Amino acid sequence: MPEQLSGAQALIRSLEHEGVEIIFGMPGGAILKAYDPIIESPIRHVLARHEQGAGHMASGYAHATGRVGVAMVTSGPAATNLLTALQDAYMDSVPMVAITGQVATTSIGNDAFQEAHTWGMSMPATKHNTLITSVEEIPDTVREAFHLASTGRKGPVLIDIPKDVLADTMTWHRPGEIKLPGYRPAVKGHVRQVKAALDLIETSQRPVLYIGGGVVAAGATAELKEFAERINAPMVTTLMARGAFPDSHPLNLGMPGMHGNYTATTALQRADLLITIGARFDDRITGDPKRFAPEAQVIHIDIDPAEIGKIRFADVPIVGDAKAVITQLLEQSEGRRPAPARLPWFEAIREWQTNYPLAYEQDPDGPIQQQYVIEELHRITGGDATIVAGVGQHQMWASQFWGFEEPRRWINSGGLGTMGYAIPAAIGAKVGTPDELVWAIDGDGCFQMTGTEMITAAVEHIPIKVALLNNESLGMVKQWQHLFYDGRLSETELHPHTPDFVKFAEACGGVGLRADRPEDVARVIEEAMAINDQPVLIEFRCDPEAMIFPMVPAGGSNDDIAMSREDFMSVEDPA
Amino acid sequence: MKHVIAVLVENKPGVLARVSTMFARRGFNIHSLTVGPTEDPTLSRMTVVVDGPEMEQIVKQLYKLVHTVKVTEFEPGTAVEREIMLVRVKADPKRRGEILDAARVSEAKAVDVGASTITFEVVGPPERLADFLQLMATYGVVALAKSGRIALARDQKSTKKQLKSA
Repeated sequence: MPEQLSGAQALIRSLEHEGVEIIFGMPGGAILKAYDPIIESPIRHVLARHEQGAGHMASGYAHATGRVGVAMVTSGPAATNLLTALQDAYMDSVPMVAITGQVATTSIGNDAFQEAHTWGMSMPATKHNTLITSVEEIPDTVREAFHLASTGRKGPVLIDIPKDVLADTMTWHRPGEIKLPGYRPAVKGHVRQVKAALDLIETSQRPVLYIGGGVVAAGATAELKEFAERINAPMVTTLMARGAFPDSHPLNLGMPGMHGNYTATTALQRADLLITIGARFDDRITGDPKRFAPEAQVIHIDIDPAEIGKIRFADVPIVGDAKAVITQLLEQSEGRRPAPARLPWFEAIREWQTNYPLAYEQDPDGPIQQQYVIEELHRITGGDATIVAGVGQHQMWASQFWGFEEPRRWINSGGLGTMGYAIPAAIGAKVGTPDELVWAIDGDGCFQMTGTEMITAAVEHIPIKVALLNNESLGMVKQWQHLFYDGRLSETELHPHTPDFVKFAEACGGVGLRADRPEDVARVIEEAMAINDQPVLIEFRCDPEAMIFPMVPAGGSNDDIAMSREDFMSVEDPA
Repeated sequence: MKHVIAVLVENKPGVLARVSTMFARRGFNIHSLTVGPTEDPTLSRMTVVVDGPEMEQIVKQLYKLVHTVKVTEFEPGTAVEREIMLVRVKADPKRRGEILDAARVSEAKAVDVGASTITFEVVGPPERLADFLQLMATYGVVALAKSGRIALARDQKSTKKQLKSA
């Protein structure tokens, strides 16, 4: 006998059919119906303290697992709170499905209680979105949403469901075949273009593999390693691609860009060929695009045709999935002559590495240096941890100083630069990979935005660890005020108004620890490592004056990298 | 330079909002946009006239919209292009004859005659409309309503065949 289900039941059933194991969310009026069948469902629900947190949790989960993260919240303010997380996921191509409650279809447009035009507001912040108007649409719409989120260039998809649709009944049916006549993501690259790419690579004297987050999204790390070794090209991994290639590999030059290391940034700048895979010539990489890599021809491999030629002309454009195209490159390069040694190029690179390493000094009697905390954390964990960062100086230091060896062990907000990302995203990552050690590296400014999600971590028994690098300021912004506003500090010092973070962690139901001096750092990390049944936060009282270098000023040329504050004063373009 | 593009989209609620939001979000300038049904009830046809040099990005961004099925940019002269205009002109009874003569040459049709004005309907390629407006400027244009452009390729293909070649 055909089964009669409410819209709410059909929604949860549809999610179960997609293999959803966890929903991050918060109930409320319009979505209330959908929360009832959750009680019986095998799907776990994690109750966030704020809808933005629920969204970032879903994103952290998706980053760590590669699966679609799911967030569910009510209408109006809940939906608008979720928007930041949607735009964040959109910018970083994170597969997510968001479900929002909506006022009843009969009330839409009447300025009803907790009504917001979610569908309209989320349109430019999602890969796709749908307002369901009939209960019959639920199974197909959910199927479509997961398909869209997880294929092609991945991204967030939103489903807005009015509460009368959730209350209505339908005869349950499994979703039909997906009917999206306009959605045909490319997979394989064009054979002729692949050959053209290999021809360019063969004759290049100074190639650089410019690797972006698309390689991680495609799960192409093994293919990438084989390819890099075969063509003997050095590689840079962008902020979104840290871990796509082992940092310990001699071909890996590390992160390029505004706060990238000298060698990675300069290698891009001096290259005669950029082999770009899953990267998008972001302004934080290129600086002034007109002065970026002036001598380089460009091979651009991307699953999104709109990224090709958007910022930089591509001599060889290849639309396709990174894994599929690298496999084609490997196959079509069989039988070609071995890659040249490119000795002068590698010599130049080794010279930059020797002359311009990432460096800092930890004075044993001075304040704790942020880089020192990250290096100690790496030493004590053996690097076997998933690192989740917020946005700002601490994020850049973490990316610079952590040696990443595997994909999906580095999670951060790259494109949107969403402060407060770390704590909720770490919760999502820990839920998705419970056997992994998950460390959030956060700043005090970021933590004050979403730190209340520590309650979620405690209540839901999600034992994340937090290294809070407290410099008592909005450090990155303060740095810009020092460098570009003659040190006129405007609203960037958080001291003495910061809460007692140790007590805060304890008040949330976790453990709070503190390191005041350099000699405390290792001991307190060891202490935190021994706690595995509840969340633990360490406040490291760090140097408030520390600045992140190297630095290429925004809109500047990558020819002008400042290695230190003194250096900055001499390279700053007076124009 | 103005470019004309035809966008076949799924006939779904809100599809116009998706397209116009994308243009606004990306900073592309729309000169005119029309939307209407096609012979296939599941599809709508938009004709968009755009200014500016970002044609490649515009086409690619249109394709990124899930409900976009096919985008065609018309090279000059490869499509039949039409606009419609209603234009009200000051017409002293003394000068009526003169104005109506001028209108006849331009294939403009008088659709409403008032005490001191005449309203003309002009249908045709955009140049014809522009020429007529210029002609009437000497008499004084007091009101104007103009449609966006519609266009069909001159290749005589059916919509179905166009989609197959996508």
